[in-house]
Amino acid sequence: MENTASSVNAINRVTLSQKLKNYTRHPFSLAVFIVTTLAAVVTVAVLVTLIVWVLIRGIPSLSLDMFSFDYTTENQSMLPAIINTLFMVAVALIIAGPLGIGSAIYLVEYAKRGNKFVNVIRLTTETLQGIPSIIYGLFGFLFFNGALHMGYSILSGGLTLAIMVLPVIMRTTEEALIAVPDSYREGSFGLGAGKCRTIFKLVLPSAIPGILSGIILSIGRIVGETAALIFTAGTVGEIASGLTGSGRTLAVHMYLLANEGLYIDKAYAVAVVLLVLVLALNGASSLIAGKLSKGE
Amino acid sequence: MQKTSKAPAAHSGNKHPLEGIMHIVFLVAACFSIFAVVLICLFLFANGIPAMGEIGILKFLTGTMWRPGNDIYGILPMILGSIYVTAGALIIGVPIGLLTAVFLARFCPRGAYRFIKPAVSLMAGIPSVVYGFFGMCILVPIIRPIAEKYDGSGFSMLTASILLGIMILPTIVEVTESSLRAVPESYYEASLALGATHERSVYAVLFPAAKSGIMAGVILGIGRAVGETMAVIMIAGNQPRIPDSIFEGVRTMTANIVIEMGYASGLHREALIATGVVLFVFILILNVCFSLLKRRSEKQG
Repeated sequence: MENTASSVNAINRVTLSQKLKNYTRHPFSLAVFIVTTLAAVVTVAVLVTLIVWVLIRGIPSLSLDMFSFDYTTENQSMLPAIINTLFMVAVALIIAGPLGIGSAIYLVEYAKRGNKFVNVIRLTTETLQGIPSIIYGLFGFLFFNGALHMGYSILSGGLTLAIMVLPVIMRTTEEALIAVPDSYREGSFGLGAGKCRTIFKLVLPSAIPGILSGIILSIGRIVGETAALIFTAGTVGEIASGLTGSGRTLAVHMYLLANEGLYIDKAYAVAVVLLVLVLALNGASSLIAGKLSKGE
Repeated sequence: MQKTSKAPAAHSGNKHPLEGIMHIVFLVAACFSIFAVVLICLFLFANGIPAMGEIGILKFLTGTMWRPGNDIYGILPMILGSIYVTAGALIIGVPIGLLTAVFLARFCPRGAYRFIKPAVSLMAGIPSVVYGFFGMCILVPIIRPIAEKYDGSGFSMLTASILLGIMILPTIVEVTESSLRAVPESYYEASLALGATHERSVYAVLFPAAKSGIMAGVILGIGRAVGETMAVIMIAGNQPRIPDSIFEGVRTMTANIVIEMGYASGLHREALIATGVVLFVFILILNVCFSLLKRRSEKQG
């Protein structure tokens, strides 16, 4: 397959001058080519502008006292928000991780093909993925804060976010499990291992890179989330006093700073930290996913 | 990725008791997403619909005045606001997004692809507050001088549309690119063999073949734009009235909830939850369209 494709490519190779000649005969095609390329240039240019602008404006406004442990009205330190964010990530992942991986295992390893029940699960997962974060926020506010009497707390925010990232973890885990070759399972069964042992000793370990990249992706979602948290975890600027305490995450912190309009410089600094975090998480996720595809 | 249970079955001899327990554990985990959706629907509808009944559904949906102080709750300005801003975002985001996807799938040199592809997925990962902040500090000052000529302000529908157009780009690009790649190579080759240029083959043959996948991507983009909250609040001006021009401020349904939820109580609070219900129904309809189109494009593939 690979060989025939490359030999066909070799025959069909077009030199630059041939290409130019072709374009002079078809000026409309040239115009289409230029417009297409231009669109891609615009897309990349927007992203580059955003990143460069945040870094140029933001890095000079970073200072050490923005990383103090105490949040005061004079010094809107972002360290408490960073700690709250870590807290939030931990709570959400502890709940969504096992649930998401467990349901993906059920879908791939246990459920029978064409099962009605599986279709329902897929439909609900797709629905969850399409629900905007403000609806999650509203639900969390009504259910966790109201009906379950949790009040503004890290726990309530974390549970809301857990539902939000569940479909992300489910889908990436499912893809990773499907990518594990059947021969692994057949070999394991052939040696007399049961289904459970096969899943935990063989299938899951070989799917780890895919699962990890999904989890990192959902960390990115949690770090960047604002709308779902304002009415569930609240907006207190200090480090949350445990699971039941209220606290703002980094993204919420940035929203409040930017919206008050008094601390634009500080908002720039937070934007730098957020952007660097997201860049790092994205990089890590694709690095791990890249390793996975190489291993295949 | 729609395959289920490709795993070969283990021999069905005397099973370890743990096997049965784990089967049930995984089954319960799988049920959780159903449980979550049911719970979300239940709580939103139970809390929002009584308010709609109290205000009067028609009055609520078609009322043009939103004055919580006088107990007047009409969310037509917010519904229209969401629709206008989304339409604006589509006008800007769809052409650029589709063309970028075509570029990635068919025009991009391999070296550039390794740079542009991660850039697009990074765009999807940037938090909406950062986009909102970008809009506030860069787009608003650019739009302001133009808008002021027409008695508008920088915090306007136009600004929000441009920013949302940027924000839905990665969604549209990713879905469109993968559906373009799913079109059999023979279509393209046949077109070339008939003497069409590369550009013509791509746009006149591949593009129509990938139609349902592309539509699915656009619908996903609409969902993103309708549901976007923080970025819109930061730049749209948020006046709860129907705008007369694109240079005036608008308030979307999402913005309405976040802005007033903090201090609302009584019927006001319930009216805000009801706004959430209307938004949720919008999203559910979009979701159904998306699922149908996706199924169709998978069948074609």
